[in-house]
Amino acid sequence: MTVVERREIALVDLLDRLLAGGVVIKGDITLRIADVDLVRIDLNALISSVNEQVPSPWGELL
Amino acid sequence: MSGLRYVYAVCRPFGAPLQAQLKGVAGDPPRMLSHHGLIAVVSHVPERDFAEEPLRRRLEDLDWLTETARAHQSVIDALTVVTTPLPLRMATVFRDDSGVRVMLEDREEEFRRILDRLQGRVEWGVKVYAETEPQQSEAAPAAKPVSGRDYLRRRRMRLHANEDMWQRTEAFANRLHSTLSAYAEDSRMHAPQNPALSGVAGRNVLNAAYLVPRQDSEEFVELVDRTKDETEADSLGIRVELTGPWAAYSFAGEEA
Repeated sequence: MTVVERREIALVDLLDRLLAGGVVIKGDITLRIADVDLVRIDLNALISSVNEQVPSPWGELL
Repeated sequence: MSGLRYVYAVCRPFGAPLQAQLKGVAGDPPRMLSHHGLIAVVSHVPERDFAEEPLRRRLEDLDWLTETARAHQSVIDALTVVTTPLPLRMATVFRDDSGVRVMLEDREEEFRRILDRLQGRVEWGVKVYAETEPQQSEAAPAAKPVSGRDYLRRRRMRLHANEDMWQRTEAFANRLHSTLSAYAEDSRMHAPQNPALSGVAGRNVLNAAYLVPRQDSEEFVELVDRTKDETEADSLGIRVELTGPWAAYSFAGEEA
């Protein structure tokens, strides 16, 4: 178990949880960062920034 | 630093202090804001990154997003050592402490209900991949198709082989999921991951999260291994990946 726990967490697994999980607080608060805004950025925007910034590691896949 | 308030999680009061060297998303150490018998774990963040307008832009900057996500996770991780946190969606930001208090008050009952349900539970992530056909394309690179018909025949065969592979993988994923969800207290499906983003080979067929009492974790992991072995998934070109234990991010909403 400890081996599993110590392994570096992949960013995608983390984003699955941080951007799609967690309690969504909306309504009468100062900043309305609703789930819609966050879910919208999930893949397309990220993939395009992956393309621009770090083409090398997964270049052949893209 | 004044700035805005970034909220990581809501918890019930716990005795232990947070690790002294723990840093939050903008480098500011998280602190506990106690209100109505609940605790919000909060740190200060600068308006230049976290006000609504800049935040929108920042969230599309992969480096910034990575750093922020990892910092958020490290605070949640530290909390799971001392309590069962109820994680909030990334980038939940308030103008000031009193905004956080109002939020705690407004959602008090819901928070208590979910905290009760999650108490002592962790989340395990399970992903299933179909290995895509490298054997075939590597096996016969030299033999050129001799005719158009020959080319079409080979292409059809390759498509069939892929389809068989996906069907086998999907059948396995269904079986694994029904076994695991019968064991777990709850489960959630995430969208399959895009290989361009994960950098992982193969097609992601299942991307699920399971809610399990922390003390049953070992048994859950064994169940994954056993189901994999019984199906001889490895020899079929099916890969299973396990992540966790996570704080119960995927189960922080109300039950469906």
